[in-house]
Amino acid sequence: MDQLKILESQSVYILREAYREFKELVMLWSIGKDSTVLLWLARKAFFGHVPIPLLHIDTEYKIPAMIEYRDRVALEWKLNMSYGRNSQALDNGQSFPAGTLTRLQCCKGLKSEALKHTLSGDWPRWVLNHETGKYDKTEGGPPYTGVIVGVRSDEEGSRSKERYFSPRNQENDWDVGDQPPELWNQFKTDFAPGTHVRIHPLLDWTEQNIWEYIERENIPIIDLYFDKGDGKRYRSLGCAPCTSPVESTATNVREIIEELQSGKFANIAERSGREQDKEDGQSLETLRRDGYM
Amino acid sequence: MKTDTNISPGKTASREQMNIVVVGHVDHGKSTVIGRLLADTGSLPQGKLEMVQQQCRQNARPFEYAFLLDALKDEQAQGITIDSARCFFKSAKREYIIIDAPGHIEFLKNMISGAARAEAGLLVIDAHEGVQENSRRHGYLVSMLGVRQLAVCVNKMDLVNFDQGKFDAICQEYTEFLNRIGITPKAFIPLSARNGDNITEVSQNTPWYKGHSVLDMLDEFQKEPAPVNKPLRLPVQDIYKFTAENDDRRIIAGRILTGSLDVGDEIVFLPSGKKSQVASIEAFNSRACTTASAGESMGITLSTQIYVKPGELICKADQVPGKVTSKLQVNMFWLSPNPMVMGKRYKMKLAGVRTPVWLTDIATVLDASDLSTTANRLQIEKHDMAECTLETYQSVACDLAEDLPQTGRFVIIDNYEIAGGGVILDAPQDSDTLIQKHVHLREQAWDRSSITTEMRTGRFVQRSALVVLCGPAGVGKKKLAKSLEEYLFSSGRLVYYLGLSNSLIGIDSDLRHADERVEFLRRLGEMAHLFTDAGVILITAISDLNDDELNILDTLNQPSELVVIGVQDHNLFRRKPDLSIETADRDAMREIHELLHAKEYLPEYFL
Repeated sequence: MDQLKILESQSVYILREAYREFKELVMLWSIGKDSTVLLWLARKAFFGHVPIPLLHIDTEYKIPAMIEYRDRVALEWKLNMSYGRNSQALDNGQSFPAGTLTRLQCCKGLKSEALKHTLSGDWPRWVLNHETGKYDKTEGGPPYTGVIVGVRSDEEGSRSKERYFSPRNQENDWDVGDQPPELWNQFKTDFAPGTHVRIHPLLDWTEQNIWEYIERENIPIIDLYFDKGDGKRYRSLGCAPCTSPVESTATNVREIIEELQSGKFANIAERSGREQDKEDGQSLETLRRDGYM
Repeated sequence: MKTDTNISPGKTASREQMNIVVVGHVDHGKSTVIGRLLADTGSLPQGKLEMVQQQCRQNARPFEYAFLLDALKDEQAQGITIDSARCFFKSAKREYIIIDAPGHIEFLKNMISGAARAEAGLLVIDAHEGVQENSRRHGYLVSMLGVRQLAVCVNKMDLVNFDQGKFDAICQEYTEFLNRIGITPKAFIPLSARNGDNITEVSQNTPWYKGHSVLDMLDEFQKEPAPVNKPLRLPVQDIYKFTAENDDRRIIAGRILTGSLDVGDEIVFLPSGKKSQVASIEAFNSRACTTASAGESMGITLSTQIYVKPGELICKADQVPGKVTSKLQVNMFWLSPNPMVMGKRYKMKLAGVRTPVWLTDIATVLDASDLSTTANRLQIEKHDMAECTLETYQSVACDLAEDLPQTGRFVIIDNYEIAGGGVILDAPQDSDTLIQKHVHLREQAWDRSSITTEMRTGRFVQRSALVVLCGPAGVGKKKLAKSLEEYLFSSGRLVYYLGLSNSLIGIDSDLRHADERVEFLRRLGEMAHLFTDAGVILITAISDLNDDELNILDTLNQPSELVVIGVQDHNLFRRKPDLSIETADRDAMREIHELLHAKEYLPEYFL
């Protein structure tokens, strides 16, 4: 088995463990390359099916092409798709683009808070109706106890300390100093009522592994990652106001891989185009302790 | 220097990757060794080194290479590693994931998590402080966790003026320790990680040292080949039947731990003993394949439809099978602040198995920091290593760790947490099982009145029994059981139908999880014992009962007898049903009635 096959096998194993052990299981799909690879791995694990519901947190500031891509793939692959949003903050104009919050406060409100309350089921969930192609508003539902997330440990410092199965308490907090032991592919699948477990099947993958796997499996990734003639492309996707494209002429997956290996991005952090990371030295860790992915 | 950050490394997909753990006593410099390795091989992202150096200047503290790794706030404040951080780096030979394991005793469980996924280890010892408690404890644990290759870094040589005598003394002391636990280290390397001596290149400061630098040592470690030439071990992780888009495949999914599997192979499921043949190997977005081997997460379909459960172990019919036992002699470590005690129910996870388990004997407890042992301990405390006996109600399939480590190790869950783990030293044949011992004690302790079983038999004109109807779900077992109860009741017998749903929502309402089936059966067995001891004929119906489960019921119900009625495909191998029926109709009920007569549970009169 080559390296990609080893990574695939481990991720598939983790997804199957999650599906076996968690009754209320959900997979977060951010539309970006990592969670799209994760979605593909679910199809691998379950032999073409995706028996796990997918959830997207919509801040309403996402790059519009992301939403279009999400709905097209969801219909095509017959996904059990839903999204959640922080309606209160959006209706009251509480956001960075509206000029009322800092970037970090905006992330906390539109992403962390929306995620927390959508997972717990006390805010509505909008579920894709495959007959109409539209989303139907539903009044929450049972709290999700297993949440599959596509984080990778090479992304930044705090993510390098994650477990494959990582518990969160009632407040969504992550206790970095007191994490469960994880050995011999036995994970934390038992949890107290009111708590939930984050599951990270992509922890061992690097950015380059992700692109190589996309190439090998021919995964239909969103085309925002490619230069379409103006010498710019996205390396990491997020909300339009806080995500800048990078200068690059890579027009396909192979060119991106070459760029990562030897070209201009060989030693530049992937999230360098994500503005919220720069507000204070440790901001992503601060966000993650509060429940950010 | 062998790094190649300036050369195009070629397609990384084909490059091998190795997990290395760095362990050792707190403050002996593990993070510094790694930080230095990253910096000196040019593996840091652009600007990271400068950023950390600048942060240090701002906070008026001296720069340390360890800060590159200890990225979290808590760790920078305290200057210690709390959790195992992973970082990526590459040499000319291969890619590495370096796992920085915490040295502080409080974070032993994090160190174990880090070490358990490693293929080789670096153990760091401070030249000035010498061999300390956790130098030994980590050495012991790394070996127990299955890390086969270990190199020892004697760090901070600059503090002892690169004195060869000091280095040799530590080598000798620690080699003696490692030999006692059966490890031969690959090398001892004198280092000053802070100054970069012997990290990527052999240093001028240690002219007496003729060995490798750390970087070269890493490349010297051998990648262990996947265990494809061992007997097949494929734990059933789950069974899928996704019906969307007319998919009618029933797929048994799992990851092959050892050996290989081909379409057409005769396979056996343990502990149930059921046999079948591999009809196909299934995969999504992949060419059709007819073989799979160790490491692959895969799925198979069978040529015959048999009922198997997650947790069973697939072996090949023509190879050495796994051991089937309910008693395990193990060497285990305990991580929880709550000690492991006898008489308490824990949960064991062993490959695909999840089952209740009890600690029934502690032979010795080892202090890994000095290898001293104590006997006669009543419980296993936090950070103890213990040789002990674990017992289950239901047999499990496993191997001895020395034969096949992949199916020879387990973890123990206490209060939702992985609280301990260990390796299997021996799997003695079931002689006196936990349930048998329990029933023996129960019968001794039972305070009986002067009314004997014979008196009850005479009064009720019947011999008590537990009648179990088993077979697949949905074949009419419950309906048959109820009509049997009505029939016997109307003919004047003392009879009771115990519906499973009753016990699930009643006495057993706290048992929700599928893994709890054994505990549910145990309770059912105890309840049955009360009924049958009181002289009642108790009838119940249970779907998909296997031999082990039937044995639990039988043992717990003693001294009364068990009558087994198999409805359709009952899947019992060891104990043949007293009666097998195809259709659960009135004829079947008459047959059961005749059987009860023939076995003299229902005498016409009693002398």
